[in-house]
Amino acid sequence: MTAQLHFHNLTLGYDRHPAVHHLDGTVPRGALMAVVGPNGAGKSTLFKGIVGALAPLAGRIDRCGLATRDIAYLPQAAELDRSFPINVYDLVAMGLWRRTGLFGGVGAKERDRIHHAIAAVGLTGFETRPIGSLSGGQMQRVLFARLLLQDARLIVLDEPFTAVDSRTAADLLDLVRRWHAESRTVVAALHDIELVRANFPNVLLLAREPVAWGAAAEVLTADNLAKARHMCEAFDEAAVECAA
Amino acid sequence: MLYASLIAPFAEFEFMRRALVGSFALALGAGPVGVFLMLRRMSLMGDAMSHAILPGAAAGFLLSGLSLFAMTAGGLIAGLVVAVLAGLVARATELKEDASLAAFFLLSLAVGVVIVSMRGTNVDLLHFLFGSVLALDDATLVLIAAIASLSLVVLALIWRPLVLECVDPNFLRSVSRAGAPAHIAFLVLVVMNLVGGFHALGTLLAVGLMMLPATAARFWTRDITAMIAVAVALGIASGFAGLLLSFHAGLPAGPAIILTAGIFYVGSLAFGPVGGLARRLVPRRHLEA
Repeated sequence: MTAQLHFHNLTLGYDRHPAVHHLDGTVPRGALMAVVGPNGAGKSTLFKGIVGALAPLAGRIDRCGLATRDIAYLPQAAELDRSFPINVYDLVAMGLWRRTGLFGGVGAKERDRIHHAIAAVGLTGFETRPIGSLSGGQMQRVLFARLLLQDARLIVLDEPFTAVDSRTAADLLDLVRRWHAESRTVVAALHDIELVRANFPNVLLLAREPVAWGAAAEVLTADNLAKARHMCEAFDEAAVECAA
Repeated sequence: MLYASLIAPFAEFEFMRRALVGSFALALGAGPVGVFLMLRRMSLMGDAMSHAILPGAAAGFLLSGLSLFAMTAGGLIAGLVVAVLAGLVARATELKEDASLAAFFLLSLAVGVVIVSMRGTNVDLLHFLFGSVLALDDATLVLIAAIASLSLVVLALIWRPLVLECVDPNFLRSVSRAGAPAHIAFLVLVVMNLVGGFHALGTLLAVGLMMLPATAARFWTRDITAMIAVAVALGIASGFAGLLLSFHAGLPAGPAIILTAGIFYVGSLAFGPVGGLARRLVPRRHLEA
């Protein structure tokens, strides 16, 4: 098993307060991993650490040779300006940035790939629609089309199926499976435990501290889930320095 | 009749021709910059920056009189210093960029007015604030045209990161490091265009030719390229119509140009096909699908 990500005694947080506390472990290359936990458990914080948007308070993350551009990241609420006058096609085309860069042309081959990506998320016919006119689910499909074009080795999805209907979630989950079949590493934060059980072999249950990490059936026990629910959410302003 | 009112003023008077060329060049450079300022929700930043360049231009004036080079260099330096300082403070502290910009431009403006009053008369101050579009000499025209050309070239070069930084800055950060350089290049363009506009229209009005056509263009199209084309066209039309208005009605030229641009804005707001008021007040029947 080759590793894609190593966490070495990783602590991530804000203003010295840990949001992810002493995480150790390895994400194997080609893994399909779900990160599960209550709100405030540190899932988004962990992802920001993985993609390098947040520096660790302590410990480190070993990305095993991945460059920033090999990682595709879909934030929880993409801070996207939906009122910007840009259409679906142009936004999806941004996924080709690695290939085209600042000035590279978009030739017939690239146009073909863009149309394929838009078709793969079921949005054929929407190419010239301004992004402001899309529904929440359609927007999520557009962002997945862009992820498709990014051709990344590690794909990080922060609650990708929140606020989309079951049909959209099923369609997008198909893409996630396809990435897994192409032996890309996929890490996703999810709340739907049944969906995780059915589709994600590897699960990390997080509640600031790692509660359990391993095969889905072993991690998602009633015991573990109850333990995760009871971990407190708020920072303790009077907390003393962590000795560990 | 038509010739006499529309063409003759320019055919007969050289200063009118110069003013026309100057305002066309300004519209060409400032229009696209204004569209991006608007789309980045930085519309008022143009206004703040136009004040910020004042002390630099004034310092140039104090050192070497009404010298084009000294005042341009001074204005550029002051504008860039304020833009960069505001950006740095915003990144280093809790203060947001608009708040830190407000602090620096007010400081800059106060310094500027003090400098002007130390040596100049009120006439000089009026020149700074309202420009003199009817007295553009060759050097100033060349400067304005060069700024417009440079703006278009630079915008073409930084187009992709600039657009992406407006739509989805986090995504841009994840695929490229071009965001920050593009942002700085864009700020330089804002300052340059304001300095160019300042010679013709003065600091108070320079931002008008930048923002009014851009905001008006928003009511005409949902496509960014078309929006820029509309903004440039409206800017050019404002220059032409504004100069005629000033000629026939005996109004000061700079304010007349901005007034015309303002009328275009109000017209777009009322009758523009994309979200204009008329469309809202008289809704058409809904479609079948």
